[in-house]
Amino acid sequence: MNTVAETRLKRPASLEKNPRLSQWLHVHRDGTVSIYSGKVEIGQGILTALAQIAAEELGIAVERIRMVPADTALSPDEGVTSGSLSIQDSGVALRRACAQARTLLLERATARLGVSGGDLRVEDGSVHAAGRSTSFWECADDALFDRDVEETAALRSPRDYRVVGKPAPRRDLPDKIAGRPRFIQDMALPGMLYGRVVRPPHNFAGLISLDDSKVKSMPGLAAIVRDGGFVGVLAEREDVAISAQRALRLAASWREADPPPRDVHTWLKEHAAEHRVISEKENADARSRATRALEASYTKPFLSHASIGPSCAIAQIDDGKLAVWTHSQGIFNLRRDLALALGMREDAIVVRHAEGAGCYGHNGADDAALDAALLARAARGRPVQVQWMRDDEFAWAPCGPAMALSLRAALDAHGGIVDWEHELWSNGHSSRPGRADDPALLAAWHLARPHKRPSAINMPLPAGAADRNAVPIYDFPSQRVVNHYVREMPVRTSALRSLGAYANVFAIESFMDELAQTAGIDPIAFRLRHLKDPRGRAVIEAAAWRAEWDRWKPAEGRGHGIGFARYKNLGAYCAAVAEVEVGHDVRVERLILAVDVGLVINPDGVINQIEGGAIQSTSWTLKEQVKLGARGIASLGWEDYPILKFSEAPVVEVELIDRPELPAVGAGEAAQGPTAAAIANAVAHALGLRMRDLPLTHERIAAAISQST
Amino acid sequence: MAEHFRLTVNGNESELEASPDTPLLYALRNDLGLKGTRFGCGNGQCGACFVLIDGHPAPACDTPLWSVAGKIITTVEGLSKGRELHPLHNAFLAEQAAQCGYCTSGILISAAALLAKNLRPTEREVREALDRNLCRCGSHNRMVRAVLRAARE
Ligand code: FES
Ligand code: FES
Repeated sequence: MNTVAETRLKRPASLEKNPRLSQWLHVHRDGTVSIYSGKVEIGQGILTALAQIAAEELGIAVERIRMVPADTALSPDEGVTSGSLSIQDSGVALRRACAQARTLLLERATARLGVSGGDLRVEDGSVHAAGRSTSFWECADDALFDRDVEETAALRSPRDYRVVGKPAPRRDLPDKIAGRPRFIQDMALPGMLYGRVVRPPHNFAGLISLDDSKVKSMPGLAAIVRDGGFVGVLAEREDVAISAQRALRLAASWREADPPPRDVHTWLKEHAAEHRVISEKENADARSRATRALEASYTKPFLSHASIGPSCAIAQIDDGKLAVWTHSQGIFNLRRDLALALGMREDAIVVRHAEGAGCYGHNGADDAALDAALLARAARGRPVQVQWMRDDEFAWAPCGPAMALSLRAALDAHGGIVDWEHELWSNGHSSRPGRADDPALLAAWHLARPHKRPSAINMPLPAGAADRNAVPIYDFPSQRVVNHYVREMPVRTSALRSLGAYANVFAIESFMDELAQTAGIDPIAFRLRHLKDPRGRAVIEAAAWRAEWDRWKPAEGRGHGIGFARYKNLGAYCAAVAEVEVGHDVRVERLILAVDVGLVINPDGVINQIEGGAIQSTSWTLKEQVKLGARGIASLGWEDYPILKFSEAPVVEVELIDRPELPAVGAGEAAQGPTAAAIANAVAHALGLRMRDLPLTHERIAAAISQST
Repeated sequence: MAEHFRLTVNGNESELEASPDTPLLYALRNDLGLKGTRFGCGNGQCGACFVLIDGHPAPACDTPLWSVAGKIITTVEGLSKGRELHPLHNAFLAEQAAQCGYCTSGILISAAALLAKNLRPTEREVREALDRNLCRCGSHNRMVRAVLRAARE
């Protein structure tokens, strides 16, 4: 397991980029400590976990920590809050910075008190020796932290942790639960105008005409902004902005491009631009023992992030300087692309994070920021708030890419897998800002002088993107994995929680069950037979134990199934057992998940993330697909894109395996793939029929049943 | 054309000028500064904007101002009495029943309406009462537990 050792030795990228100690924390005279992180709260509870880490290494109460919202003018640049990496990136950096800060503060305190280090008694930032005392708050000054973070300070041993590893209530929840203003949507700056953008149809090819005569005279309208195909309105009242947006939409006529393909999965297979073998192991000897071969194809549709709160941003241009408030996951990257789109210098732009609704990946947050900035140009110094409407969000936020997958394997006479092949076809899984020559911001492509829309790309392995988790974690003697990259995009795609892992794990783990069945072996025993990794085996065994797998009582229409993966093959281990009943629809009754995230920082936080991930994955798996029509995306409201309801949510039980001696990894995406596979396997178990195309809707099941009879 | 409206919100009388078709949502959020009621869909399908109108949960996004004259409106802010939180608020905190929290206000409103007429709901009744509210973060079970806890306490 050399990945563990490597993670420990490597200097975290966050510290490479932001080496000064003063970039990470500031100790105040009033007994509080400001912690600066470049990672942002997106409802995952990261600020709470980071506060726990900082308090632990400083040896002070967590209540003394103030987490400063990320701000390009103040915070370390830590890239994007994504990929379940915040604990690895920011957590590791803060741990080192705070350990060093504590050492420096204690040195000062020792000198002040005129004693030698060993005689100190230190408690929650107060330092006592020989009847005298001082404190961190008295000892700190600006000069003390004006130095590089070094990696020499001793880190507190996990055995002695008092804050980390204990459940900590989320710091942001009291406001959110009491309904106090906390979201960017709730900000009201003095003199603020409300903006809306009149989006074209999805297959936009240009604006032909716009008759704004009726709208112009609406009382309370402040401006109609037009730049090529970008059309927006500004009003004193939000409801007026919305009425103007609706009226202008009816008054505009657009040139439209070709409709998207009807059968996306066939289209993907026909349009692959690059074919990359990402894993290859050849063992002719093993292959020669093959007695049976199996193959199967699986598909996953386009999925929507479908945040409950549509994207929002505020922008203000004052004296040539632009200030932006955004719920973007990457404020520095957004600043770069805003500069590109607006033809401004980056140092004339400040981007500040403000909390938004859960995003689950790259949604419209960054785009809304450019919308607000473009409208702010017409606002004469007044701030402008733009919130997208529901249909804007469904039609224009990037989708999680559709994927097609083909798997083949061969078994020997004893039911062992001797050969494995996995091919996948997909668009890129990231078109986030900050990575291309052109701005990855929607409005920039519709301006009179349009920028080119960058294609979604894939990050390389080992984390991967479309091919995330495509390389099997099992020990097969011979294997070949091929990623067919499709550059051309029928709809805009980008990162959705877990990227390709959701579909790859769904396919691999479905196929493992198909092979187990062919071999006549219990699915759990079959997996364990092919898996050496002890942590992987442990979560599978824990999930099976908690679910009482061996004591399953067969009943008409009921089934159970398992799914397993290690996220990215280097993050959290997760095994899920699903218990379902299939009647008119699939009803997931219970999900049991066993999870190993290494050291657990906030147990309740991890459980909350796993529960949420499992329920969201159940929703994707049973119900969700973005519909395409003649004008592009045709799912424009919740009626066209139903998600799981309260009465449909399964019972979720989580078994946490704490490993304090191993590095902490994120939990936010670990459940997506295993849950989908567990459900599909349970449905196959219940029906005696294999469903290979997501989502597992009533129509699909009815069709599968009628085909089989 | 703007008209003069007098609204009873959380026990207070407030006045504002707006067009009669203005959705109640914007009057609450922008005229009265009650930001706890949130926009999610604008057509009654997600529950983020739910308020109590004469005790019944209703989407403020889909309720024009003209229709609420003389009615009693309660928003999430009005569930608590001054500084004292509603038992539902405390139960949601105790259960850490949210992730992003954007859907929470509307869910509290549906739950409050349920508890007002049914002091001891079953889990099934709670789920049914919340079925018009969407939560994308998957916090459903925690929220159901929180409502049951509030009913117990
Ligand atoms: S915003 Fe009113 S129901 Fe969705
Ligand atoms: S907690 Fe995020 S939508 Fe419900």
